[in-house]
Amino acid sequence: MPAFIRNPQDFWSGAIFIAVGLGTILIGTDYYMGTAGRMGPGYFPTVLGSILALIGVVSVVRSLIKPGEPLEPFAIKNLVLILGATVLFGALVRNAGLVPAIIVLVLCGGFASSKFRFGPYALLALFMAAASVLVFVKALGLPMPVFGPWLGF
Amino acid sequence: MEIFNHLALGFETAFTLSNLLYCLIGVFLGTAIGVLPGLGPVATIAMLLPATFTLPPISSLIMLAGIYYGAQYGGSTTAILVNLPGESSSVVTAIDGYQMARKGHAGKALATAAIGSFVAGTIATLLLALFAPPLAEVALQFGPAEYFSLMVLGLVASVVLASGSLLRAIGMIILGLLLGLVGTDVNSGLPRYTFDVPELADGINFVVVAMGMFGLGEIIRNLEQEENRSLVMTKVKGLMPTKEDFKRIAAPILRGTVLGSALGILPGGGAMLSSFASYSIEKKMAKRPEEFGKGAIEGVAGPESANNAGAQASFIPMLTLGIPSNPVMALMVGAMIIQGIQPGPAVMTEQPALFWGVIASMWIGNLFLVVLNLPLISIWVRMIMVPYHYLFPAILVFCGIGVFSLNNNTFDVYMMAGFGLFGYICAKLAMEPAPMLLGFIIGPMMEEYLRRALLLSRSDPLVFVERPISATMLAVAVLAMLAVLLPSLRAKREEAFVE
Repeated sequence: MPAFIRNPQDFWSGAIFIAVGLGTILIGTDYYMGTAGRMGPGYFPTVLGSILALIGVVSVVRSLIKPGEPLEPFAIKNLVLILGATVLFGALVRNAGLVPAIIVLVLCGGFASSKFRFGPYALLALFMAAASVLVFVKALGLPMPVFGPWLGF
Repeated sequence: MEIFNHLALGFETAFTLSNLLYCLIGVFLGTAIGVLPGLGPVATIAMLLPATFTLPPISSLIMLAGIYYGAQYGGSTTAILVNLPGESSSVVTAIDGYQMARKGHAGKALATAAIGSFVAGTIATLLLALFAPPLAEVALQFGPAEYFSLMVLGLVASVVLASGSLLRAIGMIILGLLLGLVGTDVNSGLPRYTFDVPELADGINFVVVAMGMFGLGEIIRNLEQEENRSLVMTKVKGLMPTKEDFKRIAAPILRGTVLGSALGILPGGGAMLSSFASYSIEKKMAKRPEEFGKGAIEGVAGPESANNAGAQASFIPMLTLGIPSNPVMALMVGAMIIQGIQPGPAVMTEQPALFWGVIASMWIGNLFLVVLNLPLISIWVRMIMVPYHYLFPAILVFCGIGVFSLNNNTFDVYMMAGFGLFGYICAKLAMEPAPMLLGFIIGPMMEEYLRRALLLSRSDPLVFVERPISATMLAVAVLAMLAVLLPSLRAKREEAFVE
């Protein structure tokens, strides 16, 4: 963290606002602007994007002047595990089926906990899979394969 | 008396067997998530939304409403019994409620919370029935300029009353407004900001945003503070308050109800602010203020009534104006749109059964809560014991299935993961997700009203200040913003949230 940033929360949130604001304006140049009385699709986003970028600039400038709290560390491992588990669920649910997708989701996501132990979590995974099949597929009739084509079904 | 006809219609609608059942399911689920720490009403409602799309609109709204006010109820149970507020609105209940429990008055504290909530719920239902029709009447006169200004006011008020940096909160609103614009532009048919991804042509589903930010983001955040909870449970006995207790709690309950009803209507207000405000008022008005913090029954009665009244009053702007005042209401607006109902003042006249049915169901739901909760207390107590490290994988499963089942689309699941990442970053940077969700829901409506207002005025931006109602609303918005920026008030606002 460079020393001139006195308020990292302000700085980085400002940076996000500037990036999104400028991105919005830039992409918006492809859309017809129109006039205030006859607004094209580009008008409202461009106005909002400009305001957002402006807020970002104010935030960044303020972060260089007024001191604030330091950033908390990011829990990268848990972030990767939880989001990875979710993405894996999405990748598996249609082709491998609901049961394997849930088992992977519970085991991979559960690994993020400091209290993870394989036995209880495997039981939990099986329980969640069975309960979900009963509730969502059998009772509510959601169109999801229990076991998918990848497993030969 | 028209109001009685309205309420009669409402009770007739709500008293069908299926609607009673959905109301019961709603308050039961609500209490459960209120009891379970680390699972809030926004994430739960988002998870359940896909399941409600097949229900008739009225049943689904009755159930979703039940979850919201049921959660306020459940949150206070854990606050009193184990000093763990299940919801942010019951944080203050934990102060005196837990002390009462430690002195052996757990039953009395729970009963006080239940009675207070019920009285508040009853009065708030009546207020809703009284004030909604005139408000909708006024709103029917609104043109696009008024609506646009109302939305500006609503969004500004929601950040003024929120905690944290004002600048960041406004940024989050605009970010939300922009996200709401992703998808096909209604006027030109042009896809905007879709990056040629076909799944984005219909826009981003609000369930995806809510579950990512409030579901996944919260899980990662909660896992950082995993701790070994060893709960010391107090025995619950002696439920009924004595005659003297009733005398002590009557005034705080009424004051809490009035306060909650007033603050609940304000955007960004709702349950949490009401309970905090009520606690500090009761502390100031108490005959024996030294008892506060050591188990004062007034400190339970006031805030518990206030948070329930606040939760119910926040339905007023949602049902009459179509403007959500907090993230839960934003989800309700989204649910209504998916059901094919355009929220706004016309709902009351075009769908009177739906409107009054939902209102009547709130009173029934509150009755359920009183009747159910005290006898079922042992179930809730056992639920508190569910450790978070077994709970969160289950939440993950529900999020995954819920989002996938929206459109049977894996892209939505990936997008939810993306919003989970963004939600976690926002938490680290102290960027509030709630204003973003409000902006996200309001974004498309706001653009439409701005377009129409300026089309009617032939590009004259003065239309917003020339029309008196619109000008007043904008003036209030500006004043509210200036008020926060004033240093003296700013200090007070920070102080209020620290308390």
